Amino acid sequence: MSTLKPEINSQDHIQGDDSASITIVEFGDYQCPFCGDAYPIMKEIEETFGHQIKFVFRHFPLANAHEYAFPAAIAAEAAALQGKFWEMHDALYENQYRLNGELFYELAETIGLDLEQFQKDSASEEIKTIIEDNFDSGIRSGVNGTPSFYVNGTKFDGGATDLYQMLKESTE
Amino acid sequence: MLEKGATAPDFELNATPDQKIKLKDFKGKNVILAFYPADWSPVCSDQMALYNEMLKYFSKYDAQIFGVSVDSVWCHVAFEENRKLHFPLLADFEPKGAVSKAYGVYDEEVGESKRALFVIDKEGKIAWSYLSPIAVNPGADGILEVLEELSKK
Repeated sequence: MSTLKPEINSQDHIQGDDSASITIVEFGDYQCPFCGDAYPIMKEIEETFGHQIKFVFRHFPLANAHEYAFPAAIAAEAAALQGKFWEMHDALYENQYRLNGELFYELAETIGLDLEQFQKDSASEEIKTIIEDNFDSGIRSGVNGTPSFYVNGTKFDGGATDLYQMLKESTE
Repeated sequence: MLEKGATAPDFELNATPDQKIKLKDFKGKNVILAFYPADWSPVCSDQMALYNEMLKYFSKYDAQIFGVSVDSVWCHVAFEENRKLHFPLLADFEPKGAVSKAYGVYDEEVGESKRALFVIDKEGKIAWSYLSPIAVNPGADGILEVLEELSKK
């Protein structure tokens, strides 16, 4: 059984209640259509199970297959430096159908980032390293495609819909 | 299926219409053989797409990866172009599945290679082998662990 390596730490983007009993980690790619499909289901999971759930997102861009996957991850991390990771994360998936090189700047403006800073940060090596570290974590945790989910540190064998179903059954 | 310690059977397979790959030419390097059923599975869950993102990891451990399936050279060429794959896919095409059979990972019933991984060390011995359920992409964590171990020797 594959487990999450490294465990959740201060580098992670975490949404939800600190005391939640269920932690879900998604390894995702902003250009992957399956991740796009999973996005509204993850929202629904967070709404339905509320404070029981903590949600963590790590980047796993398939950069050769998806030309905007890595730049999109950079945009999310650059937004994170201004405290708006999740705003950018949501905006990227909500606009996945029109993903292109110019979209990031537009979304940065929409969510109210300091644009000059955003552009400067987007070029930083540190951000690149964060994304590569996320990818590395995915590889070592046994990620075999996107999205891959981990529930309380163990790889979940299924997609977002299966995850919803499993949570429903286990919290009933 | 061949196990750890066995000598990896030599082979000569086409990577492109006019390029043949001989295993024995890779002595002194670690070799990863990824047998898989067929080209063209969906990209986000595709094993070859995953390995394609990992080439710098493999080169760090002085390892060369080859994908192997019974698809023809022309099919591989189209698949590689479409997915922008930067490593060779070998055509185990004629006689069909001969190399897969030599490694013990040919599925006679469907006429395809099983989904199986081999890591071959620099002396040409199998250091690790793994058979994955046909529908499950085995990822790369197993490969990396073995390469890491080999690099400590």
